[in-house]
Amino acid sequence: MSTHTNPPPPAHPLKAPRERLVVVGNGMAGIRTLEELLAKAPDRYDITVFGAEPHPNYNRIMLSPVLAGEKTFEQIVLNGRDWYEANGIKLLTGDRVEAVDRANRTVTAMSGLTVAYDRLLIATGSTPFIIPVPGATLPGVVGFRDLADVETMLEAAARGGRAVVIGGGLLGLEAANGLKVKGMDVTVLHLMDTLMERQLDRSAGALLRHELEGRGIAVLTGADTAEIVGNERVSAVRLKNGQELPADLVVMAVGIRPNMALGKAAGLACGRGIQVDDAMTTSDPAILSVGECVEHRGQTYGLVAPLFEMAKVAADRLAGGVESAYTGSVTSTKLKVTGVDVFSAGDFTGGKDCEDIVFRDAARGVYKRVVVKENRILGAVLYGDTKDGGWYFQMLKDGTEVAPVRDTLIFGPNFGGGFGGEGAANPKAAVAALPDSAEICGCNGVCKGTIVKAITEKGLSSLDEVRAHTKASASCGSCTGQVEQLLALTLGDGYAGEAKAKPMCKCTDRTHDEVRRAITALELKSIPDVMQRLEWRTPDGCHHCRPALNYYLLCEWPGEYKDDSRSRYINERVHANIQKDGTYSVVPRMWGGLTSAKELRAIADVVDKFAIPTVKVTGGQRIDLFGVKKEDLPAVWADLNAAGMVSGHAYAKGLRTVKTCVGSEWCRFGTQDSTGLGVKLERMTWGTWTPHKVKLAVSGCPRNCAEATIKDLGVVCVDSGYELHVGGNGGMHVRACDLLVKVETEAEVLEYTGAYMQLYREEARYLERTAPWLERVGLDHIKRRLVDDPEGRAALNARFLFSQSFSQDDPWAERASGSVDRHEFAPLAQVG
Amino acid sequence: MDQSISWITVGSVEDIPRQGSRVVRTEGGDIALFRTVTDEVYALEDRCPHAGGPLSQGIVHGARVTCPLHNWVIDLASGEAVGPDEGCAGHCPVRVVDGTVQLGLAAFRPGRGGCGHG
Repeated sequence: MSTHTNPPPPAHPLKAPRERLVVVGNGMAGIRTLEELLAKAPDRYDITVFGAEPHPNYNRIMLSPVLAGEKTFEQIVLNGRDWYEANGIKLLTGDRVEAVDRANRTVTAMSGLTVAYDRLLIATGSTPFIIPVPGATLPGVVGFRDLADVETMLEAAARGGRAVVIGGGLLGLEAANGLKVKGMDVTVLHLMDTLMERQLDRSAGALLRHELEGRGIAVLTGADTAEIVGNERVSAVRLKNGQELPADLVVMAVGIRPNMALGKAAGLACGRGIQVDDAMTTSDPAILSVGECVEHRGQTYGLVAPLFEMAKVAADRLAGGVESAYTGSVTSTKLKVTGVDVFSAGDFTGGKDCEDIVFRDAARGVYKRVVVKENRILGAVLYGDTKDGGWYFQMLKDGTEVAPVRDTLIFGPNFGGGFGGEGAANPKAAVAALPDSAEICGCNGVCKGTIVKAITEKGLSSLDEVRAHTKASASCGSCTGQVEQLLALTLGDGYAGEAKAKPMCKCTDRTHDEVRRAITALELKSIPDVMQRLEWRTPDGCHHCRPALNYYLLCEWPGEYKDDSRSRYINERVHANIQKDGTYSVVPRMWGGLTSAKELRAIADVVDKFAIPTVKVTGGQRIDLFGVKKEDLPAVWADLNAAGMVSGHAYAKGLRTVKTCVGSEWCRFGTQDSTGLGVKLERMTWGTWTPHKVKLAVSGCPRNCAEATIKDLGVVCVDSGYELHVGGNGGMHVRACDLLVKVETEAEVLEYTGAYMQLYREEARYLERTAPWLERVGLDHIKRRLVDDPEGRAALNARFLFSQSFSQDDPWAERASGSVDRHEFAPLAQVG
Repeated sequence: MDQSISWITVGSVEDIPRQGSRVVRTEGGDIALFRTVTDEVYALEDRCPHAGGPLSQGIVHGARVTCPLHNWVIDLASGEAVGPDEGCAGHCPVRVVDGTVQLGLAAFRPGRGGCGHG
């Protein structure tokens, strides 16, 4: 092989010697160019192809099905060796070209072989990006780029064990799915919070995550890899947060980099790739380049469609005669994971002057979003039903005016004729047409006949009665409309309709209670999840629903749901109270209203050090520091933390204060240790998140100096024990508490308090204080749950304490150390 | 936009939390940069037209922000309050180039009270 000389001009009696074309790269772009070229000018060149891999040309994008065992390598070969032979192409596989001598127009390969060219086509593709962490070169760490990588993965999978895939993009997820199918335990680590964030928006990303998790693939988002651990081969992956994941195989799929080494060494103009013009020609007119190795108009591409468009232009230019130009590509993506239909195309980020058309069909797990600007499609994301992807993509590429079909665009091209019949237009007729055996409520398996029978035989006349008797519509509520239609059909004019409860906000028709039921019944665990399954009308909600959903999820899934700071009102996001001039106030916690010289001294020092203009004693028995600049907050907190103080949560829909009087320790009338009990209550309840603010108080005798009977929960100590009063507040509509129960011991006070807090957390609507909640549900209901049901009370208290085990970290300390939300407290830049 | 705008790089898109905001301090007052859930970036004067509240501290939803002081909702593209409220926060030309955020500060006219367009 190394003695090979330049191919001599073929002996052709009638024609001049043919030009020599050398192609470096035996991949999809290079060979597609040849296919196009052979179709146009089959005899123009003597062609030599170098391939670094030992295989003929194969379909790289089908490696995922090979990994998953759905296809064999033979099935993805595009052109076998016979094709090269038939076209007179010299194919040199397993020999990487290492140098280009532009002056003498030759290329030299690893084997030493030198071949001369008149035209050179560089199609070296890309290489997987290996993140530069310690251990990245250990055996057992692979990219996902070529057949060799797939073979390595298949060997590892045959031994079973654990695989960690770094990168939750297209390739990473396909690799993860393949390895899972092959029987490995698979965890995907993704740096961003949305899977495939370059192709999917958050809603579609959440659905995808759901699906993959359902297949047993663990997904960790926000996961930043620090190190690949192992001695002789990989044994684990360690994250920056310290978490360590055991691994027998690590697949790096964080991205690709144009492989431009050859072009660079040859002195061609390179940026992020080998730079080419619209004719696919490099800075050397004799050299063309196509595929993932090029940079065109500042863009690089990693998908197959642009490569083919480039190949066409390069072939035209090589064939001569046609001055076609490549002007860049609009790309679309499909995920090749069997059973998961994901499509995205164009620019779906939305924004200025863009309209979002969103369609969600929770029952079928379908999400579609088409972004329209000036009556033309700008981008599309489809999940679950991608059959119309090509239709949208074509209109996108053609710039088709969509105004005439704007109203039905989201339903796809088959709308008018397909399903626009009588049934769809009239929901009542649709329900009437269903057979008795048709299932109405999927959650509880209730069919139409059962509901109709219950309505007629039991004389039901409202949705609530149907729910109570049949359980239909009692869980997720998505069949509520159909149940109402059945009431109307069965009772005729006898059905008065439902007094419509107010929807949560303009983003949905569901009420707070319906949304909460659905979160529980459908096990919804993120805000995008809720919005998708409950068919939200807006892409990401509004300032009414987002904080409410964040609270409901936090309450339902303690320790599991990750708080969404972007759905928090500013005060809860930065743990201070915003004031009218944009400064903040800071209130450190004083347990039960107690303080000390050390604390007061630290407060005084902070006031001096940060020139805090106003210091005020609050109604909740603590001290408020007003006029703190936002960027000073972490330093103020650090100083207060140093003196042992933590956040007073004076800003939170959560436990604020426990106000006390001095009680039996000092007061001549005191009957119990009210201060001590107050401290215990505050230690137990601080840090909790609740539907609205919660204030407690403990008075040491019926004189009630702590004003306990206008608190959310007030304890009044008496000689024989403790009275518990609930549901009071000061404020605009003063409400005195109702007496809930009298108990004998502090332990009972604590248990009742935990249970009451939890009942309020679970039942009240977001931003509903205990007073209106109590008036809505009735004191009897609360007594039934807490007083008459000791087991239920204990269970509520246990749930409260469990949730508290995740909520009692001082938010100030986390932020003072700079480890949480550092960006909140510093300007992005200072200019001018 | 006219060609006389000179663009100043102030940071990268990634520096702004998604559905969040960061502040750029300028001699003419603070500018709030917003990044929507779909990674669109906008820049407004960091003052609500109603009572001067810092819009950068609000909840970002769609291409809107809700002022933290009295819940006025401001359209990020135009700076205008969403009906029935009326008023407009001055807006500042902004563009994203290769992931970096650039402001056209010369064209920014703070504190106009009315619409800051153009």
